[in-house]
This record gives sequence, C-alpha cells and structure tokens, in this order.
Amino acid sequence: MTHRPLSVLWLQSGGCGGCTMSMLCAQSPDLPTLLEIAGIRLLWHPSLSEETGAEALALLDAVRTGREPLDVLCVEGSLLRGPNGTGRFHVLAGTGRPTIDWVRELAGQARHVVAVGTCAAFGGITAGGLNVADACGLQYEGTRRGGALAADFRSRSGLPVINVAGCPTHPNWVTETLMLLAGDALGADGLDAFQRPRFYADHLVHHGCTRNEYYEYKASAEKHSDLGCMMEHMGCLGTRAHADCNTRPWNGEGSCTRGGYACINCTAPGFEEPGHPFERTPTFAGIPVGLPTDMPKAWFVALASLAKAATPERVRRNAAADRIVVPPSIRSTNKG
Amino acid sequence: MEPKNAEAKDGAPTRLIVGPFNRVEGDLEVRLEVADGAVAAAYVNAPLFRGFERILEGRAPGDALVVAPRICGICSVSQSHAAALALAAAQGPGAGMPVNGLLATNLMTATENVADHLTHFHLFFMPDFARAPYAGRPWFAAAEARFKAATGSAVRAAIAARAELFHVLGLMGGKWPHTLTLRPGGVARALDGRDRVRLMAILAAFRRFLETSLFGARLEAVAELAGTDDLERWRTAGPPGDFRLFMEIAADLGLERLGRAYDRFLSHGAYPLPGGGHLYARGTVADGRSAPFDPAAVAEHHRYSRMAGQDRPHPPFAGSTEPIGDPDDDGYTWCKAPRLDGRPYETGAVARQMTDGHPLVRALVARDGAGVTARVVARLLELARTTVAMEGWARTLDPAGPWCSEGALPDTARAVGLTEAARGALGHWLRIERGRIAGYQIIAPTTWNFSPRDLNGVPGPLEAALVGAPVHPGETTPLAVQHVVRSFDPCMVCTVH
Repeated sequence: MTHRPLSVLWLQSGGCGGCTMSMLCAQSPDLPTLLEIAGIRLLWHPSLSEETGAEALALLDAVRTGREPLDVLCVEGSLLRGPNGTGRFHVLAGTGRPTIDWVRELAGQARHVVAVGTCAAFGGITAGGLNVADACGLQYEGTRRGGALAADFRSRSGLPVINVAGCPTHPNWVTETLMLLAGDALGADGLDAFQRPRFYADHLVHHGCTRNEYYEYKASAEKHSDLGCMMEHMGCLGTRAHADCNTRPWNGEGSCTRGGYACINCTAPGFEEPGHPFERTPTFAGIPVGLPTDMPKAWFVALASLAKAATPERVRRNAAADRIVVPPSIRSTNKG
Repeated sequence: MEPKNAEAKDGAPTRLIVGPFNRVEGDLEVRLEVADGAVAAAYVNAPLFRGFERILEGRAPGDALVVAPRICGICSVSQSHAAALALAAAQGPGAGMPVNGLLATNLMTATENVADHLTHFHLFFMPDFARAPYAGRPWFAAAEARFKAATGSAVRAAIAARAELFHVLGLMGGKWPHTLTLRPGGVARALDGRDRVRLMAILAAFRRFLETSLFGARLEAVAELAGTDDLERWRTAGPPGDFRLFMEIAADLGLERLGRAYDRFLSHGAYPLPGGGHLYARGTVADGRSAPFDPAAVAEHHRYSRMAGQDRPHPPFAGSTEPIGDPDDDGYTWCKAPRLDGRPYETGAVARQMTDGHPLVRALVARDGAGVTARVVARLLELARTTVAMEGWARTLDPAGPWCSEGALPDTARAVGLTEAARGALGHWLRIERGRIAGYQIIAPTTWNFSPRDLNGVPGPLEAALVGAPVHPGETTPLAVQHVVRSFDPCMVCTVH
C-alpha cells in the first residue's frame, strides 16, 4: 500500500456486540491478517484495543478535535435517544456524555460513516415493541430516513451512512466494505435504496438455498426440523430478504435455512416487528400474505397450485422428514 | 453527576472514574474511592439500558427465541437456551427431549462457552500483562510476544482457532451468533453420519490447539490437577505453554490475593445429562457449605438502580423494568441487584467448579479465597474439562434417532429457564397470559457479579472484590483494578439487557 493506512474508530452503543463477535470469525484470511494486508488500522476498538479509560478518552479527544484524522467511524448498535430525548440511556463510560452525542460529533470528522449491523443502520431489535429506549439507527428510524444523524447527512466523502445491515453481520460484509473503502472503490452506486452495500444486498437469501427443490414444488415443512420449504408455514422470508447468506455461507458451511430455521429478513429495516410470530407464515385464504420479491400474485397462485399437483413422491416425503428418506433415483447414463 | 477525577487532598479519599472499560463485552464504568494507595470503595455502573424485558412483553411466547439471543452477541446461544428451557417448562411434561436433542444442545452451548473462555483469556485478560508498566518483570518479553493486544502471537492463534471452532455452530446451528436451531424440544437440524464425523474432526483440531498452544499437555492432565501442590509443580516444572506463563505471572504479582469477593458461589448447573443431573452440578457454596439452589429465594433489589421500585425486593415473577430518567436519583447504574436469600453471590467458572466440587478449584479457594488466580484457573480448567465432554457427546450422537419433539404452549403459564453461560448463572422468568408474554425477567451472570449495593447497603461482588486493590501514584486507570474487573469476564450487555 502506498497510502497511509485506513484509520478506523469503532464505537458500540445500543446493541449486543454480536457484529464484532461475528467479525472475529472472519477466515481466509483471519481478521488480524486481513486488517494488516488491507492497510486497515484500528485506532480503537472496544473488544480488541489495549487502551482503557484515560488513554482511550485521550484518543477520542484527538479524533474529536481533528488532531487524529479519521477515515472511518464504525458504529455498532442502535443509538438511544431516551429518556425524554436526553440520550442518557447510554452515557459513554468515563465521559459523562451520551454516546449519541459523541457519535454525532465524531461523524462530522469522519471521511466515511459505517453502520455495522441492523441496529446501527435502522434501530433493529432494540427498537422493537414499545421502544422504551427510543432507539434508532444512524440515518434511519426503521424505513424512514433521519435517525441520530439527519436525513440529508453526508460524511466528508460525500456518501451517506453506509448501512452494513444484518443481525448479526456476516464477517466479510464488514471486512469487504472496509477493504472497498480502503481502495476508494465504494461509491454511491455501490449502495442500494437503503444504503446497504450492493455486493451482498443485491442478492436474495433464496439464491442458493438448499431447499430450492422443495420451494419449486411447494413441498413445505410443517414442523421444526422438517427438510421442506419454510415459506408456506414456518415464516421464512428468504425469497424477499436481501443478502447472500446461501451463496456465502456462515461459520464454515452454515446459513439460517441450513440450520433448520426460517430466514427472518434481518438485513431489512423493521424486521424486528414482522406483525406476526417470527416462525409462522401469515396466510390469507391459504396463500402466504407475503409473496416472493418481484413475483405477481396471480402467477404465484397459479404456479403454486400446479407445482403442488406435480410434486414428486420423493420430494413430498422428504419435505416432511428430518433426513432424506427417499434418495433421488439414479438414471442410467448408458445410452445403449 | 458529571464524572470528574477529583484532586488528591491530604487524607481525603481521591475519586477516580474509570471508563470506558474495554476488553469487556459492552460498556462499563467504575467509580473508585482511593485512600492510602488502595481502593477503599467501588461503585460499578452499567451505563447502557436497552429494555429487552419490555421488548419481549406482548409478543407470542415463541418469539423469545428470536429476541432473547439478541440481548448478547457473546452469550447468544446461552440466552437462546434459557428461553428454550423456559418455553419447555411452560409446555409442561410432554414428549420430552430426545437424547440427540439434549446432546446437540449441549454441544452448541458448550461451543459458545468454550469459545468465550478462549476469547476472554487471549483477547480480554492477558493483554494487560503486555503493557508497558510491567516491562521490568522477568516474564514480560514472553507476555508481550504472546499477548500484546490484537497482535500477539497467541492472540492471533486463538482468533484463528476460535473461528475454526465456531464451525460447530455453522454446522449444527446455521451460524453464530443468533441461531434459532435450539428448540424447547431439541434442535431443528438433524445431523447425519457425515455431520457427526465432521464435528468430531473440528473438536479434535480444537483439542490440538489447546494442547499445543495453551497447555502444552493433554487436556486430561489439566482436568486431573487435584490440588495446589499439583499446580505449583506445573508452574515450576510443567510443560511450556500459556497456562504455565499465566501461573508464573500470577505468582510474581500475587494475583491469588487480589480481587476476592464474598466466596459465596452460585451455579444453575451446566449441560444437562441424559440420565439426569448436569455435567457441572447445580447448587450453591456459601460459608464453606454446599446447598441446593432454590430459584424461589432469588429477588432483585433496585435500591441503587435507576429503576422504579427502589423500596423493596422484587421476586422475578413479580419483577418490573421501569427505568427512572431522573439523573439526580441516587441510583448509580441501570443494573439491578439480584440476591439469593438476601445475599450477593458470585457466579462463573469458579462458582461452577466450586459447586461441582472440583478438587483443584476447591483447594485454591480454601487456600487464598476466590481471587483473580482462582477465577482464571477455573476457566482454563473448564476449557479442558468441557472440550473432553464435548468429544464424548459428539461420539454418542445417534444419526438414526430423533432430534426434536414438538409441544404446545398453554395460554397461561409461569416458568423459569435456568442455564449457565460462560460467565455463570443465567435465568429467564417467563409469564404467559392470554397466549402472549405478560412478563419476562432476565437475571444474567454479570447482573449477579456486577450488581450495585442492595437494600441493606451491601456491595455487589465486584464492588467488594475491588476493595484493597492497589492504586499506584499517578495511575488513572489502575492496572490492578483492570485485572480484578476482567477476572470476572464481565458481559455488560447481558447485565442490564
């Protein structure tokens, strides 16, 4: 690298720390190696850095006053406005000052601002229910623009907040975003309508789902541990969720649907309040209320009924089992 | 209250505010009163409130499996397990959990707990011994090479080994953190014979890392350490490895005498076994005596919490979470103060191994009390013991058997789910009314350990453990205080939730 390293300051607020914990699972290469070879320097990270207390505060002050140039401010966790607009549901330890105020000030110094995880992007699970803490995202409150930062906020690079949404984030959604920023290779056209990096948000969780054959025939799981498609009964939103979880596996070879449970669309604003129990699909007249993205309802209904009628016995039986009970038949390759 | 570090005056205690406290999970602030070169009083502040208990209210009970894990990104599977146990208890005795479901659940919770112990030792705790003020110590060069924050060779190796170990949860649970595989009746993903051998390979590789990097010896040799003499022999003549390095540092700095709290221990019992009981027993040890644990004797005090109801104890089924916004209130933390029979208890690996009666930990605590050394040794001992147990569970899985049973929830129920996270006793108290969650109270390990003073003015375990910690002239963030705080492996996001 000929440039100076990309400096990153990482703050946590109204979240669980799970996006950091997930990022530590990065592989090929591992996280410390990746940061080094990508020229990314963590000025301070709450889980990784040596500096505690007064030393950490000195660093925050240097960034705040511009003495330490800041390329990327990463914020993990929602921003808390409560109680009564004071932000005191999270006063940054040792500072007496609400974290939301720190974030607003530091965002003005940063070349880029990255929301790590759905909480920081949109409010996420911490904005669920009555939202007692008055949680919001950096630049969104759910689907509405304007959060801790203004709707028209632009960082010094000219970009809005980059929303690496996910609950948690895949390790490489974060590391690849940082690598793209280090290489000046992420522009406004690299972000989707919710400001999520398109390199993962232009995919659907449905893509590469190992249950695709069950989906094609509407051969559905009816209870947890069934192998069938989880869209019809089990609340799966994989046909609508923007993420590449089934083409970029997690922790070796995993994904939610491979782990035996529904995609809950955790990269989307408002996922925390689906309006129905997470693991049950709402239906109207037997038809799932939410249809696959970009699919006309009449076609879905027509294709679904045709597919159900055409379901092979193998697919029908395996869909209701927790293991393959009928293997695919082997067709002779001998043309003679 | 604006935290400000007061100027030292002759004779008068100096006030120190320590924070932000990193290399713990979540945000933490500690207020210290320092006199005669030592901590005279400590006040622990968990400065973040999100309100998960309120977020859960009104939802379908099964949604707890989605919401509760998201309390914490480092104890996620434990939170999931506590929720699943509470739901299972609400369902009442039914089909029961198949043995595969029980063992798979153990493997998943154990993976997280073992990974957390590994992360704590390498990333959170040990880097403090690679700091400049220790540059003159005989072990410093080794500590710096191995444990310098984020770059030490052991830190890097542990991050890589941890990522490999988490393939267990990729395979069994789809991902980590925040899996939905754990169910009240077992697991939602059946394993086949191929999955089982893959699992055993991941565990064998993890064993190899522990045996070469951390212990320099077979895990069984660690698990069999039976007393303080064995440990002394390991320190002076044992195999080279980070375990021995820690023992050397601990002896040089006298860490065994640092950070003792009340020596009262609580464990909910970890890893239920198919024949009943737990791998690590449920119970308490207090005043040198073992006793059964009675969840009905637990109550939370809000006296110094920024929570309504400061005048009385709150049994969890009648608990409430109503934050007080007034900064002038004398509550100094969002954390409540759980008490068992009205008294503070310590929880975590040292409590589990005390309750389980492991001879090494019992001997250490008998000699010095439960201080920094005992907490860390108990955690490393568990790394060995739990990994060996995981191998056994993986071998016992029966790919031909069932993995999950389905049950139905009643419209009205009260149930508690008790498990052990890496950091100790975790409980979910669930009330269901009209088919919805009417109340959900969570008491997490660090709620116990980092609780504020209670209705009787009695400090929480960390507050007690910090008293007497040395503060050297000019120290604004005293190293001894950092060792004590991190010896508990605090998880602040679980603490308040």
